[in-house]
Amino acid sequence: MKDPGRLLVTDPPALGRYGDFGGSYVPETVVPALGELVEEAKSALADQSFLDELSSLLRDYAGRPTPCYFAARLSEHAGFPIWLKREDLLHTGAHKLNNALGQLLLARRMGKHRIVAETGAGQHGLATATACALLGLPCVVYMGSEDIRRQAVNVAKMRLLGATVEAVDSGSRTLKDATSEAIRDWVTNVRDTHYVIGSVVGPHPYPWLVRTLQSVIGVEARQQMLAQAGRLPAQVVACVGGGSNAIGIFSGFLDDPEVRLLGVEAGGRGAGPGENGASLNLGSPGVLHGASSFLLQDQDGQVLPTHSVSAGLDYPGVGPEHAWLNSTGRATYCVVDDRQALAAFHLLSRLEGIIPALESSHAIHQAIGSRPDDGGPVLVCLSGRGDKDLDTVLTEAAGD
Amino acid sequence: MTDPRSGSQARIRQALQGGGGSPQVVPYLMAGFPHLDDTVGMLLAAQGAGSALVELGLPYSDPLADGPVIQAAGQRSLMNGMTVARALGQIRTARAAGFTIPLVVMTYLNPLLRMGLGDFAGQAADSGVDGVLVTDLPLEEMGAIGEAAAHYGLAITTMVAPTTPDSRIRRAGELATGFVYCVSRTGVTGSSAATADEGPELLRRARMQTDLPLALGFGVRRRDQVLALTGLADAVAVGSFLIERAGEGSDPARAVAEAISQLRG
Ligand SMILES: Cc1ncc(COP(=O)(O)O)c(C=O)c1O
Repeated sequence: MKDPGRLLVTDPPALGRYGDFGGSYVPETVVPALGELVEEAKSALADQSFLDELSSLLRDYAGRPTPCYFAARLSEHAGFPIWLKREDLLHTGAHKLNNALGQLLLARRMGKHRIVAETGAGQHGLATATACALLGLPCVVYMGSEDIRRQAVNVAKMRLLGATVEAVDSGSRTLKDATSEAIRDWVTNVRDTHYVIGSVVGPHPYPWLVRTLQSVIGVEARQQMLAQAGRLPAQVVACVGGGSNAIGIFSGFLDDPEVRLLGVEAGGRGAGPGENGASLNLGSPGVLHGASSFLLQDQDGQVLPTHSVSAGLDYPGVGPEHAWLNSTGRATYCVVDDRQALAAFHLLSRLEGIIPALESSHAIHQAIGSRPDDGGPVLVCLSGRGDKDLDTVLTEAAGD
Repeated sequence: MTDPRSGSQARIRQALQGGGGSPQVVPYLMAGFPHLDDTVGMLLAAQGAGSALVELGLPYSDPLADGPVIQAAGQRSLMNGMTVARALGQIRTARAAGFTIPLVVMTYLNPLLRMGLGDFAGQAADSGVDGVLVTDLPLEEMGAIGEAAAHYGLAITTMVAPTTPDSRIRRAGELATGFVYCVSRTGVTGSSAATADEGPELLRRARMQTDLPLALGFGVRRRDQVLALTGLADAVAVGSFLIERAGEGSDPARAVAEAISQLRG
């Protein structure tokens, strides 16, 4: 593999706009800090020594490049070739560490002494707690009390790593409320604290910054497909919570018009209000957590509660670049429900000996049902591993 | 005839700069809290207790700039069934019942976007609203609502914080047509302990950059805090303290009036 840990560095979009989406809608207190973050991130990403330090951490500490694996038995089951980009094999068990390591190096460069983060499934909290332990910075992770209950193992891991996990009891007690609380902490402590947001959401420059740090997935996957499959994939499939693993892998193929890009949203238990996390498919334009995008809201502009069996997709918003890719048609977005995701979880475990995260299981389900016209290979972003989900899966099985 | 925009602007300026001595007290109340129909009574009580202007909060599900007290009040108000349209209806009722002091609506962008910024500005002005403050709308994005507000004669209030550099404070003064809201500390509403009070320093900086009235808010709950701002702020906004009072007793209007009287000394 050529240059493992290489990123796709682009200029930030003007005013953080992706078409009509994006921007920066936050209280004045943090506006100056966001301006500084734009400048610092631009200068860091143009600084070879910063990029070198990040890529050596990604290689020696995190385990990049992650393999691109031909899933023979799954392919046989589907009737066409399926490749898995194995972010589940990254240190801490999901793609989230790509972002956390990059943002921690950036925080250190900016002289910030304290880190806050939000988490849903606990994977981003775990990645941030890990990177904080590595760099010796104190870390506070906000997590909804509902998620603390269903992701107990990750909570224990974060605490082992020295992070403080703050339970959030407001609203739906999931990722949305944890994100609001992390932003409130940041508004209060903005002078010495960096907010490590976990997905391609939030005010400018976060969607661009997180995308850049996750682009490593797509850069590697494109090289690996050419080298191992001898061609580009016909289709790339990824689950979309906020959309960071999806943008990460899509970014490697955006300039290849023949590659179809397919994002998978959480269908939860149905299409009704509060039953899913499918912002692009079932939501409408609005502003949440600092960005204009699609969101699940009622007729008065109040944000709706959400549901997904996977905590990482249980979010009413989506990154603004996805809203834009959806509106231009460059990527398409579909919905997979709880039951289908659980079935795919079991299927991949049995056929390949890989226990996927419930988030990634949504992408697996979609991939095996989406035969490309030319029968060509489908590449799936296996964003994480399923250890964290065993309690949920066993409970769901008992409930059936 | 004066154009309606300068009408609201002049009313707000007169209300806030008319005091002479210690700063005017500006209560922040949550529409539809503690009960859906408490709004009108509380507005009249706030006026009766000598408020110069009232800020009326319209609830939003995800209020990023609010601490626990105002978050909970907004949540309760939403559960009571409050909407932007209902709140405007209540303001109209209050105006008909003799509520004459200026009223500025304080909220977040998404509920207004959903209604449409133009429709909101038109209906608000028609209901007797004088101005609007959108907490999560930064100066860079003020254009869309600024145009709608100007068209219908609503004043715009902008916010500055201790982290705002002087050049941005100047810009905030240029974009505001009502008053400039100075946030006393880095933090959310109601947080009086977490971070240092940087209000006086911010007010001194703001006074150099704009002639508009300056209101200071976040963390004020006592008369001595109001008095300490004499000569620095034209007005002091009090939110969490009043919301706590309104939520406690059986007569929220009276509780609010008493608390305002106490703050006015
Ligand atoms: C394994 C895994 N996949 C996907 C997601 C969803 O996030 P995103 O859409 O930003 O990739 C999460 C979030 O927690 C996750 O843990």
